[in-house]
Amino acid sequence: MEYFLQQSINGLTLGAIYGLIAIGYTMVYGIIGMINFAHGEIYMIGAFIAVISFTVLGLFGITWVPLAVLIALVMAMVFTSVYGWIIERVAYRPLRGSFRLAALISAIGMSIFLQNYVQLVQGARVKPVQPIIQGSVSLMERADGFTVSLSYLQMIIILLTLVLMIAFWQLIMQTALGRAQRACEQDKVMAGLLGINVDRTISLTFVLGAALAGVAGVMTTMYYGVVDFYIGFLAGIKAFTAAVLGGIGSLPGAMLGGLLIGLIEAYWSAYFTIEYKDVAAFSILVLVLIFRPSGLFGRPEIEKV
Amino acid sequence: MTTSSLASTASIRRPPRGGTTGGGLGGAVATALADGVIAAAVAFLFTLPLVGLRTEIAIGGLAINTRFVEVAVAVALVFLGRFGLSLSAAGYPVPVLAAALAVAGASLAIDFPTAPLQLIAVAGGLIVAMIAGWTAYTGRSTLSRAERQKRMDAIGAKVQVWTIWLAPIAITFAVLLPFLPFADRRFLDIAILILTYIMLGWGLNIIVGLAGLLDLGFVAFYAVGAYSYALMAYHFDLSFWACLPLAGLFAALAGLLLGFPVLRLRGDYFAIVTLGFGEIIRVILLNWYQFTGGPDGIAGIPRPSFFGLAEFIRRPRGDDVAFHQMFGLDYSSLHRMIFLYYLILALALIVNFFTVRIRRLPIGRAWEALREDDIACASLGINRTNIKLAAFSISAMWGGFAGAFFATRQGFISPESFTFIESAIILSVVVLGGMGSQLGVVVAAFVVIGLPEWFRELEQYRMLAFGAGMVLIMLWRPRGLLSHREPTITLARRRFGRAAAATSGEAT
Repeated sequence: MEYFLQQSINGLTLGAIYGLIAIGYTMVYGIIGMINFAHGEIYMIGAFIAVISFTVLGLFGITWVPLAVLIALVMAMVFTSVYGWIIERVAYRPLRGSFRLAALISAIGMSIFLQNYVQLVQGARVKPVQPIIQGSVSLMERADGFTVSLSYLQMIIILLTLVLMIAFWQLIMQTALGRAQRACEQDKVMAGLLGINVDRTISLTFVLGAALAGVAGVMTTMYYGVVDFYIGFLAGIKAFTAAVLGGIGSLPGAMLGGLLIGLIEAYWSAYFTIEYKDVAAFSILVLVLIFRPSGLFGRPEIEKV
Repeated sequence: MTTSSLASTASIRRPPRGGTTGGGLGGAVATALADGVIAAAVAFLFTLPLVGLRTEIAIGGLAINTRFVEVAVAVALVFLGRFGLSLSAAGYPVPVLAAALAVAGASLAIDFPTAPLQLIAVAGGLIVAMIAGWTAYTGRSTLSRAERQKRMDAIGAKVQVWTIWLAPIAITFAVLLPFLPFADRRFLDIAILILTYIMLGWGLNIIVGLAGLLDLGFVAFYAVGAYSYALMAYHFDLSFWACLPLAGLFAALAGLLLGFPVLRLRGDYFAIVTLGFGEIIRVILLNWYQFTGGPDGIAGIPRPSFFGLAEFIRRPRGDDVAFHQMFGLDYSSLHRMIFLYYLILALALIVNFFTVRIRRLPIGRAWEALREDDIACASLGINRTNIKLAAFSISAMWGGFAGAFFATRQGFISPESFTFIESAIILSVVVLGGMGSQLGVVVAAFVVIGLPEWFRELEQYRMLAFGAGMVLIMLWRPRGLLSHREPTITLARRRFGRAAAATSGEAT
């Protein structure tokens, strides 16, 4: 029971990170119907920006933790937004309306490009980061001394994710931008006729998704303490699985899917074999796509001629 | 490299602004300056954190190595490029042409902080000069997309016609190649590698090019073929010639097995699930230590014999006859290389012959119908699942053959060789060359595999250029350079050019 609780806490933390990345996938798929394969790399770039930020801040002697974390978060969000914007502008916008697989292939190319760009300019070696937030609270203790602990960092990650998701939900549901975004999702031509700048809305969708992935990257840097240029691939696939599981195109679906994937991965590693934990994610992806392609909250896709 | 791709894509996707815009030189310069500043700002943000602040592992944590000069140079180059392109489009191509050539020339002479930046400066200058020259020549800034596609289609169709005499020449050359004076060990090695990828490309072309399904996990079948040969040779002591058909068979079975669940999926979902399967197989190979040797891989895989008759060794055991004795030659280690070369050439040509022939069979036509419109295809009474399965497992079978060849050539295999990147490379051979074009695969294999092998010192930029190339080709020509969508059957005999133009619509 205690062990299960501990795994649940770990899984929730992991799931929060996946959920934040999954939002980017689900929104982009919702609005232009393509899989943004390079989204995982945006997350990886976010993690790298966090590493760079913390190192630079350390050099300047800014060691007050809340400020350092805040600066790293802002930096990561700003730069990943720029990357998201550039990717959409360069690799996807010219292909809008072209045949479907072209955009996906372009996205794969972009993903390979970004991965190797980071490897080239930042080096292939794993970057270690000093733990920034330490300490934890013990929740329960078993007779044999096994303690269920919730670290402050896990608390911050879960809370921050919660805040961001609520803010994001409000943004989509309440603001003009959110309305434009939802309108474009339903019918781009009609939205355009009604005076919505479709290109700008799509750009902003990429920017928002990228910013959230950037936050996820910062969290990963703090949580695991190591970053390399290859982390984007697996995290991207898992987050995409989360988006598909929740029903692609649905925001609550992406959040829930992320949590589920995180929990499943944590339990799988704890109770089965840790070596095959990536197989778990892929198997879920395959199973969901085969048996329930519309996911938990998604609308079924209708084949149109 | 980053910046050059930005600048050059900027030129490619420029909206047509009309040939001559009013406003005079002052207005044009102002607009161009504004464009340049925006591009420079974007480039600045793109390069600042990752290029400008390199983290290095030092004692007691990380240290920062600043490289602001590189950032400044990159930003300046992007600014110049964008400025030049804008000005050229606004009706002043001749001065831009001169300036761009001057910049490219000067870049050769000046010392740059790093070699890649110099390359960007020279190449970027030449690209801008080319675009400006083109603008000056035609009086228009860019071709519209439709026009560009039409021209490229015409070229594709022409190449298709030339294939009739290009193919025999190429095959004759390939057959004579090992006996040419410059064919040393290294040369043959690269030739074998390129041919392996040509074979893989042709195999994948069946599912991607003909059936129109994007398979991102092709490497799984390559791995199945390689591992089935290696394991059978290791456990049962079977020879390469006994294992080759079995490897193909196992791969085809794997294709059938994996194909069943995924074939209900379409488009992007299909692609992602095949990617998932590819990774699952790799993870299993990596972790099933007792069976596959895990990350250590399998070493000492037997080399192929001369059709089971003779070995390529200096001193044969017992009464065996070695290859060189059989033909009364002096022993040379090149013999095995040449034999491997012919082996892969034959395998590749078999795949090609098979594909060319099957395109004319009902199933080949059904694949093309599926690619063009799968709903229409189903309405015509074609069983989509069956033909997809056929495409999937046939493709997988060729992948398996190539895998067995890979294992016997290397003598050592490990899961390292079967990552997603490998799938992406094979896919790009198909995609860059033009989906469905057999000749395109050959051209792309030379570009993607051959060039980086010759320029070993640029090894680290290989994958970077490769990703950028994939994006650029998609932007420039979404169906690949020599894509060929000529239906193999039409109602009336028409000329190639006109028919190609009629079928070149990009809406899908």
